[in-house]
Amino acid sequence: MGVDVKIEGLTKSFGKQLIWKDVTLTLPAGEISVMLGPSGTGKSVLLKTLIGLIKPDQGSVVIEGVDIASCSEKDLYEVRKLFGVLFQDGAMFGSMDLFDNVAFPLREHTKKSESEIRNIVMEKMDLVGLIGAENKLPGEISGGMRKRAGLARALVLDPEILLIDEPDSGLDPVRTAFINQLFIDLNAQIDATFLIVTHDINSTRTVPDNIGLLYHKHLAMYGPREMLLSSEEPVVRQFLNAQTIGPIGMSEEKDADELAAEKDMGLPPLPPIPMQLEPSNGIPRKYQRPPGAWCRENGVTPPPGSFQADAAMAPGGVKAAPTEAPY
Amino acid sequence: MSSLTAARVLKPIGTAGSLFAFGLDVGRAVFRRPFQFREFIQQAWFIASVTIVPTALVAIPFGAVIALQVGGLVAQFGAQSFVGSAAVLAVVQQAAPIATALLVAGAGGSAIAADLGARKIREELDAMMVLGIDPIQRLVVPRVLACMMIAVFLNGLVSIVGVMGGYVFNVIIQGGTPGAYLASFTALAQMADLWQGLAKALVFGLIAAIVASYMGMNAGGGPKGVGDAVNQSVVITFLLLFIVNFVMSAIFLQIIPSKSG
Repeated sequence: MGVDVKIEGLTKSFGKQLIWKDVTLTLPAGEISVMLGPSGTGKSVLLKTLIGLIKPDQGSVVIEGVDIASCSEKDLYEVRKLFGVLFQDGAMFGSMDLFDNVAFPLREHTKKSESEIRNIVMEKMDLVGLIGAENKLPGEISGGMRKRAGLARALVLDPEILLIDEPDSGLDPVRTAFINQLFIDLNAQIDATFLIVTHDINSTRTVPDNIGLLYHKHLAMYGPREMLLSSEEPVVRQFLNAQTIGPIGMSEEKDADELAAEKDMGLPPLPPIPMQLEPSNGIPRKYQRPPGAWCRENGVTPPPGSFQADAAMAPGGVKAAPTEAPY
Repeated sequence: MSSLTAARVLKPIGTAGSLFAFGLDVGRAVFRRPFQFREFIQQAWFIASVTIVPTALVAIPFGAVIALQVGGLVAQFGAQSFVGSAAVLAVVQQAAPIATALLVAGAGGSAIAADLGARKIREELDAMMVLGIDPIQRLVVPRVLACMMIAVFLNGLVSIVGVMGGYVFNVIIQGGTPGAYLASFTALAQMADLWQGLAKALVFGLIAAIVASYMGMNAGGGPKGVGDAVNQSVVITFLLLFIVNFVMSAIFLQIIPSKSG
């Protein structure tokens, strides 16, 4: 299960403002990818282009032989049934309670009986920890709950591709850790292709198989997690380690003076690469690679202290209590 | 600079074009199954509930004003017996569809624009498209059909209440003869006038709903965008209504010769 998403030469601008140019990457089937980038680099626009809500100026997005950027409206609605999408604010239907929201895709697309729908909805609500809130309206719950309800709705049709826009914004660190664990467990369970758009460095370092970085109107780098975490490339290094030293400034790019002033400052050493999160039942995921495999294959020496269970930034809370994971 | 002004001048034409294209999309989606019957009933009920009372209240003075104005005028020619006929003609042909349309646009259309606009900025419409559901078929078509149906029904309501209002004012205040008022109904008015009123109401309901849905679905830029969309939808609908009313009246006058008492 899970399908490839092939993106080639994607370019988009709004009026005269170029968003990004020539973005080419392939989201490998069944793997988890994270897309990073400073605020305002068009990560959400990229996500919306992948589901055909925004038409790119150039380039193609091919899923199972269908090019989303140029296919007919009818094909588009068919292909979209493969997708589960979690929008930034959850995008719940305000006039329906949470149960009806989550049941909505089932009622529209399947001929399941009401009791079957109830079972599926309650299973997904349990998965995201919202049992007991199913009769609340989206306006009556917190942003974090809306987000989790949106995730339940995205999962209800068993998608092949899951697109997630900022799962951790507005969530507390504990819930973020839980939701990260949930993604890993879900991936192990349904083998869907995941694309997560986020700002959260801790999640980025521990969750995905692949990382991409959008910066300065192009895709700066896309590849396996260990490749980016051990990269010496200034932009990648600055962003993945959340430092002020590097080419990214407060407003998009630093000017020559600022860069010259920083020239003499030594870059802090790369922090160790943490272990990737594992499914809470201990059974490895289908596409999971052993820690350090990429580094060994490509002759890269990982920073000292890498791949140790107690490495810095490893989310201890989740590791220590895997039975608490929400399923 | 010149291209900038050109773009600014051409923008309304582009908007008119995409509004028309949107109307065609809706027309195509009407025939796509499954039809959203539940949504249609809910919307029809909602639009009726926000428009019935104001429409009836507007209709009474409408009929009364016509009765007073025409009554005073024709009295000078000594043709009081035709007051009833004139009131029926004016109310059924012009006042009823226009009053209906103003209320459907003002109360129903603004609610539709606000509802769809709020859904748009909360990304609900995007979410719906992503779930493989076409919002035009799921949300807009039931609203358009509901608006048209309610407009036709309200047109009947305004006609009756307006004529009754005219009767009351003519008979009680102006001291007209009840029998003459009723008897003269068919002197100038004919059955085709009723059909004309209904046809107008149907078209006005369609325009109000299409414009409101288009504005709502293209709202942008946060809560302010929704307010702008509602505002624009009401203003544009009113403008279109008066133009279309003129055109339709002219066409009807050409194909149906008016009855000469």
